[in-house]
Amino acid sequence: MNWLRKCAVWLDDRLHLTALYASTAGHEVPASAGSWFYVFGSATLLCFIIQIISGACLAFVYIPSTNEAFTSLQYLNHAQFWGWYLRAVHYWGSNFMVAIMTAHMIQVFLFGAYKYPRELTWISGVFLLLCTLAMAFTGQVMRFDQDAYWGLTIGAEITGRVPLIGAQLVHVLLAGPIIAGETLSRFFTLHVFIIPGLIIAIVSMHLRLVLTKGINEYPRPGHPVHKSTYDAEYADILRKEGVPFVPHAIGKDLIFAALVIIGILGCALIFGPKGPVGVPNPTLVDTNPRPDFYFLAIFAAFALLPDWMEVIVLFAAPTLIILFLLVLPFISGTGEKSARRRPVAVLSVVLILLVVGVLAYMGETSPWSPKMDAWSSDPIPAQFLKGRTPLELHGAIVFQNKQCRNCHALGGLGGERGPALDSVATRLTRPELIRQVIQGGGNMPAYGEKLSPAEVEALVSFLQTLTPKSKKPAVPSDKRENKLPRDLAVVMPPATGTPVRTSPAIFYE
Amino acid sequence: MTASGREEDKGKDKTLNPSRRDWLFTAGVALNVAAGLLLAVPLIGFVFSSFVERKDPRSWISLGPLDGFPENATRIASYRNPFTRPWDGQTADIPCWVRRLKGNQFQVFAINCTHLGCPVRWFPESGLFLCPCHGGAYYEDGARAAGPPPRGLFQYDYKVENGQLWVKGGEMPTLSNPV
Repeated sequence: MNWLRKCAVWLDDRLHLTALYASTAGHEVPASAGSWFYVFGSATLLCFIIQIISGACLAFVYIPSTNEAFTSLQYLNHAQFWGWYLRAVHYWGSNFMVAIMTAHMIQVFLFGAYKYPRELTWISGVFLLLCTLAMAFTGQVMRFDQDAYWGLTIGAEITGRVPLIGAQLVHVLLAGPIIAGETLSRFFTLHVFIIPGLIIAIVSMHLRLVLTKGINEYPRPGHPVHKSTYDAEYADILRKEGVPFVPHAIGKDLIFAALVIIGILGCALIFGPKGPVGVPNPTLVDTNPRPDFYFLAIFAAFALLPDWMEVIVLFAAPTLIILFLLVLPFISGTGEKSARRRPVAVLSVVLILLVVGVLAYMGETSPWSPKMDAWSSDPIPAQFLKGRTPLELHGAIVFQNKQCRNCHALGGLGGERGPALDSVATRLTRPELIRQVIQGGGNMPAYGEKLSPAEVEALVSFLQTLTPKSKKPAVPSDKRENKLPRDLAVVMPPATGTPVRTSPAIFYE
Repeated sequence: MTASGREEDKGKDKTLNPSRRDWLFTAGVALNVAAGLLLAVPLIGFVFSSFVERKDPRSWISLGPLDGFPENATRIASYRNPFTRPWDGQTADIPCWVRRLKGNQFQVFAINCTHLGCPVRWFPESGLFLCPCHGGAYYEDGARAAGPPPRGLFQYDYKVENGQLWVKGGEMPTLSNPV
């Protein structure tokens, strides 16, 4: 075996492997950093590597042209040997990457790892976050189907709201005046060359900073960071309980890494690839565009924000959030690291997770979207029809045919854009119902021009029957005017004003 | 690196650090900055050409004979975008809603919701355009009815010529650049 040893020594002499090991993988870390909480960073990097490998394989087959992309995705799914599986691995790899990166960021924040002297590690991490989200968006465009087409449109419309240079920026984004031609080539280049290149460059810096400034020691309550003493304290920790990262602190990273790989492969196997759903043909307008889960929260925010806040949130909020993340290590660079002594930090994380989670859930269910086929597919439950007069039954037909159902649920079926009407008669009196139908308001269109007086009469008669047995219908009274439901009270036109969109002939009572 | 006094340089031959090396270094850097700028001009110009080339991409396109659009009705129509490439495929087929009021009086609406561009659908029963993304709604004349849209539907310029309806299209309508 002597010759083998000689070979190894020769190789080491030429390649300087021992020196490389000592300054990188074998660098000393605090033993406390070998924690289950410290596995997310390496797992994010692992996901990125899986994405590069699986993505390179997909690029062997994928054609980044608006004419061919959809077909080549179908080919990958159905004809290419294991093409569907690699697409699934790439899709689930991206989901895992975004999720684990988020966990990494939360852990780093809660453990105070962004504080002195690791400011730049955090800042490079913020840029990696932005790059990863950019990868997620451009990747969604690569899956060039209806969602991708309309997702791109939404991106272009947001860009078009930039003051002064909006129109030109849209051209830069789309590589032309519409989505076609070079648009997909542009996004392919971003997704495959430019952003991954940036990520590799920034990850290199990120990792080098971990080596030069050291990994954060497991924070202990009551040991705040002081700029004057921290470096000496950290050197002391390394002297007392420093262990080489490989092999003495990497064990949990390795186990978690294997679990992540198995998780991605398992999800890919069980759930398969996503889409492509629907050919990217804009003339097929019966579509329901939704972004992938990372952008559902933003998608929901656009639906729920008041108009006046929209532009602020579109541009100011992202700028402020990114700016805040970038200056965070400078405004709170010292002091307690342990989450046990930082209640505001913990509460902020909980609050942000709750907000994003609820928004994403709402984005998934989209209660603000009219249910486009409710009027023709959801029957009116029998209890709302039993024992009604012919006029009221005619009203029920008007209710369906005029598509009120697309926004108003009855018996739990129908749209949720407007309030459910199961007990509307307990809230609104007959005149109020007529006014609301004819004039609209409170986010409801006016139907005055679309309903004949007879139809209004029938519809309102039907609506007046919508009251549970235990409750009494609303009755007009002199004092009721002050008790109108809030949305009505706001939109009620002033008594002297001319009602808009109302044909005088049918504005009665 | 200047020629004067690094510790480890002492004892080395003085001709190893003459001012000529400094000059070569400075000249090298300067030359590369100039060359880099020369490279940057075409690169930036290429990518951001839309800031330089201000051609109007729109032109008149026929939506077909007038018979296809009955009076007092709203119909979907589509046209091949005039700005097109051979590899565009079906993405360059752009839909729009055509409302014929009477005779040669039309309204041609862009398909894109003015909120964030999703395709609005026409519901003749209730006389509304509804958007599937964030619940925007418009009346049959394109005016905003409800939801988050900041304005009514974008409308194309149109003309009637040779018994056909023509619209001026070619660009995705956005708030900063309505058709």
